Amino acid sequence: MDQNVALYLYCLRLGDNSLILGHRLSEWCGHGPFLEEDIAMTNISLDLVGQSRMLLQYAAELSGNGTTENTLAYLRDERDFLNALLSEQPNGDFAVTNTKNYLFSVYNYHLYAELSNSKDEKLKAIAEKSIKEVAYHVRHCGKWMLRLGKGTEESHKRLQEAVNDIWMFTEDLFESDESTASLIEQGIAANPETVRHNWLSDVTDQLKEATIEIPTNTWMMKGSLQGKHSEHLGYLLAEMQTIPRTFPNSEW
Amino acid sequence: MTKAQISKTQKIFDLLSEVKDPEIPVINVIEMGIVKDVTLTDSKVSVTITPTYSGCPAMNMIATDIKLKLQDNGYTEVKIIEVLSPAWTTDLMTEEAKAKLKAYGIAPPNRTSSDKSNPVGIPKECPNCASSNTKLKSHFGSTPCKALYVCEDCLEPFDYFKCH
Ligand SMILES: [Zn+2]
Repeated sequence: MDQNVALYLYCLRLGDNSLILGHRLSEWCGHGPFLEEDIAMTNISLDLVGQSRMLLQYAAELSGNGTTENTLAYLRDERDFLNALLSEQPNGDFAVTNTKNYLFSVYNYHLYAELSNSKDEKLKAIAEKSIKEVAYHVRHCGKWMLRLGKGTEESHKRLQEAVNDIWMFTEDLFESDESTASLIEQGIAANPETVRHNWLSDVTDQLKEATIEIPTNTWMMKGSLQGKHSEHLGYLLAEMQTIPRTFPNSEW
Repeated sequence: MTKAQISKTQKIFDLLSEVKDPEIPVINVIEMGIVKDVTLTDSKVSVTITPTYSGCPAMNMIATDIKLKLQDNGYTEVKIIEVLSPAWTTDLMTEEAKAKLKAYGIAPPNRTSSDKSNPVGIPKECPNCASSNTKLKSHFGSTPCKALYVCEDCLEPFDYFKCH
């Protein structure tokens, strides 16, 4: 595969992750459990959408066919999205939302840590910029894991249920294919095995401290790298894309 | 660069120091460390800026404000170039800017020793009464760059500009 195409797909994958998770989080705007957390979730959402813009802008540039960040975000269909399954899962209660955010933030942190050494200058710059924001997301969501896990009987129960329900989507984060493999070989993309190792180590420690058990024998759902998504993505895109599709080429 | 060129570029920097951060109107874009470079060729000006936070909604407005400021002052061709590297950091903020923040009621960024679990630091003191007896209320404040604190002595809530 052409290296440009491989890099284009890689940026798309990372950009889609942040875009979809960021959009999901924005659904909490005005509905947070209390004001401070409402602001926290929307601020994290803002960071994610901003990171997604940098990645999709780069993808658009690499495509070389006049595509823009907007056409990538708003005019692609479900099967063309490469975001990991974890990012598109519905918010559920606050325990589910925070579990998703926590698991994703730790993933993003280790991913960007690897990409901070990327041989691709642009990807390296995006990673170095994003990791500072992501470190703070980890801190915020990680503290909530402890608070909920060691809080009341009810909060512990809900957090354990959330982890049980979400765990099946975690393996999909570390999927790799031929095009990614060529980028890893050239020191451009992050090695998903390294990211997985560091991710699992942090998550294991934190969940242990939160007195939450990691489910075993979970069937792992995968396929996002081939554009195979859960039913939830379609509904999310319908809402996210409705304005640009209804009023093509309109500007703010 | 010749002396004449330097003074011409300086004139542009002077104009840019009149462009304020729309969310913190006491600080200008130079003090914020957003402007990385200015080049002037013939009558064309290029201003290189770097975003603060990836999703900061003020960035578009800042770029527009810079453009308008220069155009209003006779520079017809203005180009804004955005660079990501090196990533923006609050370490670029001048002491003068920090004092302005404090006077405005925002505790300036304050790096704490080597506490790795806290890269954003903690406020040195309450901007209202200078008490160091403050407490974190929320990791996020009115904008992505701030956290919300409350002073345990004067009981006033205040924004803390996080180290970044
Ligand atoms: Zn006080």
